[in-house]
Amino acid sequence: MQENSWVPLFPEQASTFAWQVDTLYFYMLAVSTVVGIGIVAAIIFFFIKYREKEKYATGAEIHGSIGLETTWSIIPFIFAMTVFVGGAYVFYNQTRPPVDTTEIYVVGKQWMWKFQHSSGQREINELHVPVGRNIKLTMTTEDVLHDVYIPAFRTKMDVIPGRYTTLWFNAIKPGKYHLFCAEYCGLNHSGMGGWIYVMEQRDFDNWLSGNVSGQTPVQAGQDLFQNKLGCASCHAGGASQRGAKLEGIYGKDIKLTNGQAVKADDEYIRNSILNPSGQIVEGFQPIMPTFKGQVTEEQLISLVAYIKSLSGSTSSSSTNSGSTMNSTSSGRETMNNGGTNSTNLVAPRADRGDSNSQGSNPNAPKTQSEPTNRER
Amino acid sequence: MQNVNPINFEKIKEEPKVNYLTNGFTVKSWLLTKDHKRIAILYLITVSAFFALGGTYASLIRLELLTPASDLLQSGTYNRVFTQHGIIMVFFFLIPSIPAILGNFLIPIMIGAKDLAFPKINLLSWYFYIIGGSLTLYALLQGGVDTGWTFYTPYSTTFSNSYVMAVGLGIFINGFSSILTGLNFIVTIHTMRAPGMTWFRMPLFVWAHYATSLVMLLGTPVIAITVLLLALERLARIGIFDPAIGGDPILFQHLFWFYSHPAVYIMILPGMGVISELISNFSRKKIFGYEFIAFSSIAIAVFGFLVWGHHMFVSGQSVYAGLVFSFLTMVVSVPSAIKVFNWSATLYKGQISYDTPMLYALFFIGLFLIGGLTGLFLGSIGLTVHLTDTYFIVAHFHYVMVGGQVLAYLGGLHYWWPKITGKMYSEFWSKIAAIIIFVGFNLTFFPQFILGYMGMPRRYASYPPEFQVLNIFSTAGASILAIGLIIPLIYLTYSIFFGEKASANPWLLPGLEWRTSSPPPTENFEETPIVYWEAYDFTEESGLDLEDARNKYKVTV
Repeated sequence: MQENSWVPLFPEQASTFAWQVDTLYFYMLAVSTVVGIGIVAAIIFFFIKYREKEKYATGAEIHGSIGLETTWSIIPFIFAMTVFVGGAYVFYNQTRPPVDTTEIYVVGKQWMWKFQHSSGQREINELHVPVGRNIKLTMTTEDVLHDVYIPAFRTKMDVIPGRYTTLWFNAIKPGKYHLFCAEYCGLNHSGMGGWIYVMEQRDFDNWLSGNVSGQTPVQAGQDLFQNKLGCASCHAGGASQRGAKLEGIYGKDIKLTNGQAVKADDEYIRNSILNPSGQIVEGFQPIMPTFKGQVTEEQLISLVAYIKSLSGSTSSSSTNSGSTMNSTSSGRETMNNGGTNSTNLVAPRADRGDSNSQGSNPNAPKTQSEPTNRER
Repeated sequence: MQNVNPINFEKIKEEPKVNYLTNGFTVKSWLLTKDHKRIAILYLITVSAFFALGGTYASLIRLELLTPASDLLQSGTYNRVFTQHGIIMVFFFLIPSIPAILGNFLIPIMIGAKDLAFPKINLLSWYFYIIGGSLTLYALLQGGVDTGWTFYTPYSTTFSNSYVMAVGLGIFINGFSSILTGLNFIVTIHTMRAPGMTWFRMPLFVWAHYATSLVMLLGTPVIAITVLLLALERLARIGIFDPAIGGDPILFQHLFWFYSHPAVYIMILPGMGVISELISNFSRKKIFGYEFIAFSSIAIAVFGFLVWGHHMFVSGQSVYAGLVFSFLTMVVSVPSAIKVFNWSATLYKGQISYDTPMLYALFFIGLFLIGGLTGLFLGSIGLTVHLTDTYFIVAHFHYVMVGGQVLAYLGGLHYWWPKITGKMYSEFWSKIAAIIIFVGFNLTFFPQFILGYMGMPRRYASYPPEFQVLNIFSTAGASILAIGLIIPLIYLTYSIFFGEKASANPWLLPGLEWRTSSPPPTENFEETPIVYWEAYDFTEESGLDLEDARNKYKVTV
């Protein structure tokens, strides 16, 4: 956020649709001011002009006017409709990400944000993104509701346990912007925030190169799939495999045994891992056990990313970063991001220790295996 | 026309030997009373106590937010304080304020009835209120709740270590108070109107309460069920709301707002009813567009049930649902606009008096205008993505709830105070207080609109330093507002003991409540009135002989 000494009235416009939100705001502000001043002026005028001339005199006998009633019903309605249409248009831009997005995975937990780039870098409470790129956040939480709110981008979205929500933006101005949790989440809710660093592409590549990237989500997912969880024993092996084929399914319609079809998106893959018997693919038996309670949210994200990669449909992820980062000038320092992975992982937990018995009480039995109610 | 009880000033000047206040002085005569007027007084005392408690919490919130760090209150305490402020103000002050006090006292008198249709149920509703309120107070003393008044799951079901169950039970029981009051009003208005009191002769205050009662009766059971499910989930972990055991947290939000949005109209419709009375009576002319105001109340009550999803635009509900709810929200704004225009038009060619209740009515229109217009901002879905869960929304609903309902409540209380207590209050101090409240209110809440657009999230115990200047304004305003609210407490209490005696009709108005003595007798009227005049009829046809009255009361200008 820019440092202004005067009282600031508006946050910076730092995303492609920020100006649209502001335009709508100014439009409504202008009309409201005109209407508001008009009504207040009329009231004050009447109030002074028609002050009682004599105590307990009687006012003029006027009962109403259909013409006036119609007029002042229709005009506000028309104004309201322009506001509705304008809002719907802006909303469409806010919620529909373009096709070519760089995906970043977000897991919220009391009271920290964990980010993972598709190139593998992990961040806590800070997110570095390049300017001018479509960024899509795929988000979930390990505990209660949270909400990713970036005022400078004029967008926010709730983060919900047990499902994925998405939020996208395209930052237009390098800088450091507030990240807030906007959905009340308990004790340290107001401390659950951080910063979004928007960087020029070159600086961003530098930043990437300065960070030890662990496994990418796809690599981690592959490891889980083939070794740790043993998914491959049923879902790989070609014609003889017992489980449904996963190659090439992402984004396609899948036919289920009950005759319905469902689109294979992130949510579908997630549900199929946690609640396999909920949606059985046509031609298969409900033999897959649930993995609920055995995989963490972050592992799930990796699995989803891996299964998506089997369809070759990873939206233009920043895979090029690995090749470009070495070539950029090494003298340029990255923005100060105060240490990345391991150190930051500890800090928010220390905050949590302050909570004398309130707030976090994850007595939620995590290993129960009831099926989820959610179906499509 | 014979026997058409014109305002017989001679007759109502003669005090009845016993009025409702002097009809028994024992504690029992109050606690077991079936008189709607005495029950209204019971509500007045208890609701005021809750208002004071909720106001204390508000002061703590504003003091904490004076500085960016969470220093005065630790965040755990702060979370409890704002939660309890919300719960007490919404469930134990705003919802019962006008209906249970002014509505209870006036609806039977305004339609010429002796009492409500079910006097015992009316008393029962107060006991439900007391039991629910006591349970909530018990929970607060034990340590309170920290879930926010919205009780969003799964925080409330699984993660909160506070007294969710006790408060939930308190709200559940208190809900029956609302339901019974609504039921009582509906039946009373349908069946107990005096001869000649047709639907379209009723004061708009009664129409507004009819609409409110519909919402109370149809909406409150939903919150009762929701709170019950919440308790069951906490107790037995049945898996309705918590996704870890197969529930859906968004389902809770749907159920909660299905009641709590209509409840917003429970909190504003009665205020609109009061304002219609004040504007018309203190302009001393018939209200402009009576039928439009009456039906707009009903329209608000009906459409109010169809817009709950606008609280959930970023909750993960479907994009298309969001668009539909945004559209319906725009539609529901029109009836409110109609009211504002009609009130303004009523002033035209009136004989406007500057008495305190009228000041409140004017302040109401100004503040409700801002509250309503910013409601359009929030109904516009693209803008709300940015504004929801920020201080913009806090400012918006305080403009409607405090600037609207609380000002209307205070205006109504001042207007009917002579009727309720038989005493006059200090005109000077009441005007001073009204102005202080108006100034303090705006200074408190207007900066919050700007804070909200800047992006300051609500429910934050600590905040980034760039928001501090506006927060200081807001806290300064809150202290002025607090002073403005304490002054009426003093002069109104003073007036009960030392105030000038009020005449039966101190404002010289045609309504039925001014055709009986102040305070009214237990049966409200000496004989059942027969109504032959329209509402707000200032002509001689209403039996209001102003010339005569002026002479009798020796009124000078």
